[in-house]
Parts: sequence; C-alpha cells; structure tokens
Amino acid sequence: MIPRHLTLGVAVLLVIVLSMGIYLNRMRRTADEMQRLAADTRPVAAPAAGPTETVTLYVADDVIGSLRSQSAQIPLPGGRQQRAEELLRALLRIYQQPDSPHPLAATAEIRSIYLVDPGVAVIDLNAAFADQHRSSILGEQLTVNSLVETLAANVPGITRVRILVDGNTRETLAGHADLSEFFDVNAIGQAVTQGGQ
Amino acid sequence: MLPTTSKTQRTIAAVLAALVFLGASTTTDQKRLSIYSSVANYTLLVTDRQGREYVGLLEVLEPLGRITARIEGQHWKMRFNNTDADFVSGKTRAKVRGRDLDLSSAFLIENSRGLVPLSSLSTLLQRFLGNPVNFHESARRLFIGDIATQVTAQLDSSTPPRLVLNFTAPVNPTISTEPGKLKMVFGREALIPPANNPLAFESTTISQANFSESNGTAELTIAATAPLMASFSNNGRTITVAATRQASAPSAGTPPVAGELPASESPPAPPIAPAPASSETPPESAPVRRPLAIVDPAHGGTERGAALSEVLAEKNVTLGFGRLLRHELERQGFAVMLLREGDDSLTLDQRAGAANAARALIYIGLHATSEGNGVRVYTALLPREGPDRGPFHAWNAAQTHSLPLSQSIAVAIVSELQKREFSARGLAASLRPLNNLVVPAVAVELAPGPNGVSDLPSANYQQKAAAAIADAVALQRPSLEVHP
Repeated sequence: MIPRHLTLGVAVLLVIVLSMGIYLNRMRRTADEMQRLAADTRPVAAPAAGPTETVTLYVADDVIGSLRSQSAQIPLPGGRQQRAEELLRALLRIYQQPDSPHPLAATAEIRSIYLVDPGVAVIDLNAAFADQHRSSILGEQLTVNSLVETLAANVPGITRVRILVDGNTRETLAGHADLSEFFDVNAIGQAVTQGGQ
Repeated sequence: MLPTTSKTQRTIAAVLAALVFLGASTTTDQKRLSIYSSVANYTLLVTDRQGREYVGLLEVLEPLGRITARIEGQHWKMRFNNTDADFVSGKTRAKVRGRDLDLSSAFLIENSRGLVPLSSLSTLLQRFLGNPVNFHESARRLFIGDIATQVTAQLDSSTPPRLVLNFTAPVNPTISTEPGKLKMVFGREALIPPANNPLAFESTTISQANFSESNGTAELTIAATAPLMASFSNNGRTITVAATRQASAPSAGTPPVAGELPASESPPAPPIAPAPASSETPPESAPVRRPLAIVDPAHGGTERGAALSEVLAEKNVTLGFGRLLRHELERQGFAVMLLREGDDSLTLDQRAGAANAARALIYIGLHATSEGNGVRVYTALLPREGPDRGPFHAWNAAQTHSLPLSQSIAVAIVSELQKREFSARGLAASLRPLNNLVVPAVAVELAPGPNGVSDLPSANYQQKAAAAIADAVALQRPSLEVHP
C-alpha cells in the first residue's frame, strides 16, 4: 500500500513538470518569433496613429503594359515628406504581394524621400530594389512611371523627381531606364496619357 | 554640350567623338570571318588561342536557327534546331548527332562561350545543317549551300570604254579609288572569283579586273589609265565602270590621258566615284555616298543585358538582330554602320558620340526582352533641361529638335510591324543614348512571338521584324533627307 502523502507528492511533482514544459515551450516560441522579426528587413507598416486618407496609387501592370489608377485607404502622417514616404511604401507593398501585377523583390525598400523646394523630390531606393529588378525597357519604365505618377498625384507641387540607389546616383535601374537625370513630372504624365504606359 | 551651328565647333566635336569611338573600338585590325547563307550574311570576330584561330560556335549558329546551350562541368551541351551536340573543354573530340567528330584542335570554354577552331567549321556546319559548306579558309569566307554570287564582265569598246559588271544577286560594295585603280570591297556579298581571274581586256584605258579575297571580304580591283567612275543599275545587279574626264583640268605639261572625254560627252549615268588616275593629281579616296543608318545592338562585352533564358543573353540576340537589320536596310539602299560587330563593350556616351559624328540619317537601337510579346518601338522621354546655350544643345536633351521626326518614324515602324501581324506599340522611354542623339532616333525592343522566348534568337522571327523596320524607314526616307 502506497502512503497517501507519497501519492500526493508525486502528483504535485508531475503537475509542476508539465507546467514547466509548457512554459519552456512558450519561451522558445517567443524567442524564435523575436529572432524572425529581427531578421525581417522589410519596412514596417505605416503608422496606425495617422488619420486614414483615400489616395490614388498608379500601379504598373505587366500584362497590359501600362499603369492603372487604384484607390487605397492608408494612414498618413501630417508632414509632406513622411506622407510621400508612406505613399510609396504602400505602393511597394502592392508590388510585393504574391499575386502582384508587377512583382518587385521582397527585400526592395524605399529608404527615404527628400522634398526640396522648389518642386524637387528625391527618392532613395535600397540596392535590392534595383539589383533584383527585372531587366527590360518597359518593365523598368513602368516602375519609374508608377513611382513618379503616384508621388505627383498625391503630393502637390512636385515637378521633378530624381531616383537614387542607396544614396548614390546610378546609371540605370536594371540596365535600361536612365536614372542619371531628373524625371520631368509633366513629360512622364504626357507619356503615360498618350502612350498608355 | 553639342555644337549645332558653328562649323568649326561641329567639326571639332565630330572629330573628337570619332576619335573616342575609334579609340574604344579595336575592330579595325581584327580578324574576321564572313558567313554567307540563304538566311543571313554576317561577319564575326575571330580570336587567336594557342596559336590557332577560334570563333564562338553560338554566334556562328545563332542566325541560322534555334539554339540553346548549357554548361555541365567540363561539358558544353547545345541543341541546334533538332540536333544535339556535346563538346568537352580541352578535348578535340565532340559528339554531334550522336556521332564522334574530330575538331582538329581542342574545344575551349571562355566566359560560358564555346569556342571552336576555325579549321573545324566546315565539317561542323555540314553535320549541323546537312547542307554543303564551302570554306575559303585562308580568306575566312564560308559559304553555306548554293549561295554564291557570280560576276561576269563585258567591256563595251565605245568611246570612252565602259566595263559592265553583271552580278547574279544585288550587290552593294564600298567603292574607292586610287590613282590607276578603282576598288570595290564586298563585305556581305557572297561573291566568288570569276571563271578566268584576273580578267584581261583589250583596251588601253581599262586593262584588267582582278578578284581577291582576304579577312572575310572580297575585292574587285579595276586597273585603268584614266579616271573611272561607277554607277549602279538593274536594282544593284549591274555596276558600270566608265572612264571619264579628269576631275581637274590638267596643268600645262601634263601628258594627255588616254580615253579622256570632252565634258559634253560624259556618260549619262550619275557619277558615283570619280577619281584621278594621273599621278599629277593628289590621290583621293572617294567612297560611294548612300544615306547612312546607324544600327546599335544594345549591351555587349561584360554588360550582358537581360537574361532572356538560362543561357540566352540580350546582348547576343541584339547582335544577331542587328546583322539582319543591316542586311535589310542595305537592300533598301542605305549604307549601314553597325555600332558593334562582335561582343564589344561600348559606353552609352561612345554610342551617342559615334552616331552624332557619323551624321547619319537615322539611329536605331536594338533591345530584346523575355517579357510580353511582339515588338515595342521607343522614342526619347526627355528630361527637363534649360534652353540651348548659344550654338550648343544640352547633351542630355540633344534629341529635342529631332524628336517629332523620331516619333513619326516610330509610328511608321509600328504600322509596318502590325501589317505583318506583330503585336506592336509605340512608347516613350528614359532610355539612353536616345536623349543624346541629334539625329532622328528610335529604339526597338523585340519581345517573344507566338512560340515564346524561343522566338527571340530565331533568324526567321528576327528577319520578319527587321524587314518591317527597314521598309518603314525606307518609306520615311524623304522626310529624313530633308531633316536639317
């Protein structure tokens, strides 16, 4: 006959061991998740604190070979510069979806946008954006047109846009689209309207 | 900045640009191989390795059919149409159509390119194509199938004497003169020697015509004691070489030249290449002037362009396409400068400099993509630049004044392509060197056809597009010729 106090002691120990196992498993999952998040270099989501606004994004579509306008509701901060950055990051997220009409690399990033008076915007892309961009005249031009048109449509007063990669000038985006010059917003707008780009 | 009105400034700029281009290009003294076939006539650069002459097999076969290649360790495996072949780096034995073949020298792999000795080309091509191949190895001229162009000569003993050269196919040689000689250089014509070479004539004025061939070209030299001029007729199948009066009046004491004509008796054909035969007159080369078109196969060298498939690079497709477009434009009566003849690296500034210095009627840049389908024709999307400063254009907006004509040509090309059932679009793009060109300029991007990416290297597909482009440019020639 096993004494009653011994049975109770073993039962308590078993409960403690089980609880510790569950706790340890949870701790390990949390650590894994933190490690995964630390390795994810994608831009963080737009700040939820800003008021949500309806904006027009010009999204490139490889199938039709042109831009199509798309309304989106995104939270936007008040400052012009931050607003411009969030706009293009929202556009980039569309291109990074699995069913994107114009796929861009998952590691592509808009590093920052500088607005310089009068009417100049400088978009700084990360190296992965350009290095992993597909190489073709139309594909590269659609990316440029999409960035410039989206910016110009939602941030008033921009007349010229320059694109840098990792803060430096670069000859072409991926072998074709010339990045060595300022893009004229009016000229791109006309090309998009007339050529259906 | 590019000069536009000052003649001196323009000349200096042109000379500088030409020097930059020529400095970058080392093709003038390079060995060349010319290949003539019913599909295309083209020229490739030959490289020396281990004391022997080699050529890239992919470049040789590319214009002739559908080709894919891949590297597996030391093996370079390729498929040409329905023929499989296996080459091993450093080995002289290869396997084509499942049978062994001796290459005479080792097969080489360099930067993913498979190089075969020139001496093995004849056997190799016969095995791949099943057609008879005739290789003039010392002159590096290779004829596939029954492609030879023959020439017959007849001396008309009228006064002055005229030599009528009849060719079995249209020809477009470069003609130049030296004292006592008129030279015709045939770069892309499959010209073979006449039956009795050299041809001797019973005339004191035009005494001999001598055929020779070397470094991928054929040359016909007419010896004469009087200045000669040449004219084309019969759609380029006949060249008439006639003696004419000297370009300048002979000075006192100059002996009379046999066969010299009074001005009123000059032959009716338009003079193309008059030149002095007298040693008293300074020797002057007078090449035939035809409207010049620049064809620019994009990328090249270390810059491969888009990866169209695992083994197919954009630079190779544009080069093959460029050769075919050159041929089609020449058929339309244009002289054509192909900005790169082989796997050469040229910067965008060098391309623009060469095209501007050449003062061509039109520039056509060639690209290829695996995305979408059909053909896209681009004109410049100019950056915002300040006004011209005096006689100079901003380098990055040099195209401004030619842009309307470039757009008209793009529309014409799109229309011609659509007539031939291509899906074609005209677009604007920020694509250099279009911005930097003072001449009318378009870029053509070849995308896959109904058979997908395999259409891109296909000579038939490229030929169809090239013919449409050349026809459209020929239709626009009157507008191009009046463009300042």
